[in-house]
Amino acid sequence: MDAHAHDIQSHVKTYYMIFGALMVLTCITVGVSYLHLSVPLAITVALIVATLKGSLVALFFMHLSNERKLIYYVLTLTVVFFVFMMFVPLFTNSDKIPGTAVGTLW
Amino acid sequence: MEIPYTVEVRPDTGLSNGKFGVWLFLASEVMLFAALFSSYILLRVGSVEWPHGYEELSVPLAFFNTVVLISSSVTMVMAWASLKMNDFGKFKMHLGLTILLALTFLVVKFFEYEHHLAAGEGPSHNTFYAIYFTMTGLHGLHILGGVIVNSYLWGPGAKMWQTQKERFTNRIEIAGLYWHFVDLVWIFLFPVLYLL
Repeated sequence: MDAHAHDIQSHVKTYYMIFGALMVLTCITVGVSYLHLSVPLAITVALIVATLKGSLVALFFMHLSNERKLIYYVLTLTVVFFVFMMFVPLFTNSDKIPGTAVGTLW
Repeated sequence: MEIPYTVEVRPDTGLSNGKFGVWLFLASEVMLFAALFSSYILLRVGSVEWPHGYEELSVPLAFFNTVVLISSSVTMVMAWASLKMNDFGKFKMHLGLTILLALTFLVVKFFEYEHHLAAGEGPSHNTFYAIYFTMTGLHGLHILGGVIVNSYLWGPGAKMWQTQKERFTNRIEIAGLYWHFVDLVWIFLFPVLYLL
């Protein structure tokens, strides 16, 4: 086996370890949902676990842990727009109709 | 005309054109799903009451589908790794498994949809089901697109391996990038729609 193939073999081991980690995190996120935590706490836990899982997929399966700078630039710009998009509903929340409950966060 | 930079990297980007193109496409896909997640937040914040996903939807089925999709990501990356190790037989097996797992996901989704539609819980039932069907429907279409591309690369497209090994390996890598993205979207859809 040449050095290159040996290198890939070590990657394969990593892929299976990441698979195990993703399964454990999936079980955690489902397990926590059965605790019926308050909505803000449940959202926080679910999003933290989902972000961890997503990071593992992006870093290892999509090889982002070792990628060209240009891709990082593109993704940084995407993240900026993504975060802005997530905050748009908050701006509308500050513009609620007086005397109504609608528009309050949960 | 020959397509440039399919194997060798383009000097100014340091990437093959296909790979850079797919990353740009995925950036636009992030914004497409971001718009829907943002809409979900807006609808949920603006509603007087909102059901818990686990009371309306089947968590065991979605958990099963999550395991299926994560497994398919592993088989996809293994298909690429097999080509890197010059093992075409293992590549066929892993990509074949990826396609089968994707079809399993769609079959489970079909039964979920059928159950809800039969119970009168279609997209027009309430806002929750409207956004549920929109987001999972768009994601399901992405799965279907992945199945079509992967099936081509498993079948007729695999002939390229005989003549242009490196170019074919790059094709599998970028098809994999798309597939992992589809898995990544589900990783967020699952808790947001089913568990909260």
